[in-house]
Amino acid sequence: MKNKQISIFIENKEGKLKKAIEVLSKEKINIRALSIADTTKFGILRLIVSDNEKAKNILEKNNFVVKENEVIVVEVPDKPDGLNTILGYLDDKNINVEYIYAFVSKKTNEAIVVMRLEDIDNGIKVLKENNANILTPEDIKEY
Amino acid sequence: MVWNEKFECMDSEEKKKLQLRRLQETVKKTYDNVPFYKKKFDDIGIKPKDIKSLEDIDKIPFTTKTDLQDAYPFGMFAVPEEEIIEIHTTSGTTSKPTVSGYTEKDIEIWAEVSARAVVMALGTKRDRIQNCYGYGLFTGGFGIHYGCHKLGATVVPISAGNTKRQIEVMQDFQSTILTCTPSYALYLAEVLEKEGLNPEEISLKSGILGAEMWTEEMRDELEKRLGIVALNIYGLTEIIGPGVAQECQEKVGLHISDDHFYPEIIDSKTMQPLEDGEKGELVLTTLTREGMPIIRFRTKDITSLTHETCDCGRTLARMSRITGRSDDMLKVRGVIVFPSQIERALLKIDGLTPNYQIVVTRPKNLDELEVKVETSKELFSDEMRKMEAIEDNISTIIQKEIGLRVNVTLVEPKSLPRSEGKAVRVIDERNFE
Repeated sequence: MKNKQISIFIENKEGKLKKAIEVLSKEKINIRALSIADTTKFGILRLIVSDNEKAKNILEKNNFVVKENEVIVVEVPDKPDGLNTILGYLDDKNINVEYIYAFVSKKTNEAIVVMRLEDIDNGIKVLKENNANILTPEDIKEY
Repeated sequence: MVWNEKFECMDSEEKKKLQLRRLQETVKKTYDNVPFYKKKFDDIGIKPKDIKSLEDIDKIPFTTKTDLQDAYPFGMFAVPEEEIIEIHTTSGTTSKPTVSGYTEKDIEIWAEVSARAVVMALGTKRDRIQNCYGYGLFTGGFGIHYGCHKLGATVVPISAGNTKRQIEVMQDFQSTILTCTPSYALYLAEVLEKEGLNPEEISLKSGILGAEMWTEEMRDELEKRLGIVALNIYGLTEIIGPGVAQECQEKVGLHISDDHFYPEIIDSKTMQPLEDGEKGELVLTTLTREGMPIIRFRTKDITSLTHETCDCGRTLARMSRITGRSDDMLKVRGVIVFPSQIERALLKIDGLTPNYQIVVTRPKNLDELEVKVETSKELFSDEMRKMEAIEDNISTIIQKEIGLRVNVTLVEPKSLPRSEGKAVRVIDERNFE
């Protein structure tokens, strides 16, 4: 049920983001979802890609700092209360959300949200109990 | 092992007599042969014969770097030019270089003190010394080179640069002693690790490291990563070059060859001599040089002296690790900061490498101190609040060390410039005009 996300340290300097993306594209690695958190000094680029191992290796070879984390990818009903409902399940059980970001897919009309939780195992349990559709790495491949 | 027991372990009374005799000779030689010194002496009305004891040295005016620059190129030579057989200079990055001229005997002295240094750093006839100090006008390469010859060790004069070749030679020749700047040694360690080589797979046992300031924490790091005993060497072109002082494996300060170079510590503001143990500016007088004897040269290096006998048996005066230079001392918002303090703070943090750069700026008339450090896998987190906490933590640790709030910026690994010689640690962008 868990998905792997890679995060990359990006210096806040011209061309640094492009360099990271370029390294991946040269290796024909597909980026499925992406988010950037940034301060004035640096950014954290978070990606869900087609091949984590390959992506990590090539980025590290190019002197990027890369980390792999477990995240939950969950389908969210594409309607006004959709995300609020899902977050409500977690909130009720005091499960802290570190960050979320969304991506869309061609295969479904629902929105898809990547969640990084403080307690991922508990999060999965709660979402399952509430019949949320948690996507596996296999699922994402098809999206 | 001691290279020259007679002089390195000499009884202190006997040493003082020797130093006085040599000081008197040097003073006379400079007065008679160097117009600069004659004028300096005449200006304050003293004659060579007024130097009756070692303490009388403080009657003599200092020699500064500017004096030597003004004498460029050969104004300080004390012998006819035909007796000079070699010339070296400082790099002269900020101004005119200073020149040092050597007679045959001067080269002999240089080889002697440098041989002592190599032996202090565990060198024997059977060692292979990979000498990565630059050969050329710079004194680093040749000083060690002559010392190795004198000792009868094998010197590999690879000079600075070409890291790939350095690693190849280190493996193929099984070099046992490495000589370079500490920052280059760290870079070599990084490259070795990148190539998947353990310290056990190379034959290095010690490092003769110097030509820039470094800390105990940096020593630990280098010893661990290269599997060596990392020892400090000190020297300066104005006096002779490397080999003026060197640590032995007791690591309790650098033994100054004080039968050739007479050390004093002064307060750089009042110019008054300081006692053993008190920190101040190192002042050196050459006692045996012929080509270019120098009296009371202000080195700008901050250290302290002790005359206690070392556990290794040497009675040579010892200077502590240099903790700063009065000229690369930074004054930020009125507070004195030495780059070595920041290095010490950084090495307390797991996952940080001692590669750093200090940038001082003055936006809106207020000094800002930025410290750039390289992030690493251990430090990096995908969560912003953790990253900010890391920056804050580094900043707090530095603040504790220097007493000033600093702005810490994490940069990508290996993005700060690596140097094959002296590392550039400080960029001062303040405009004082």
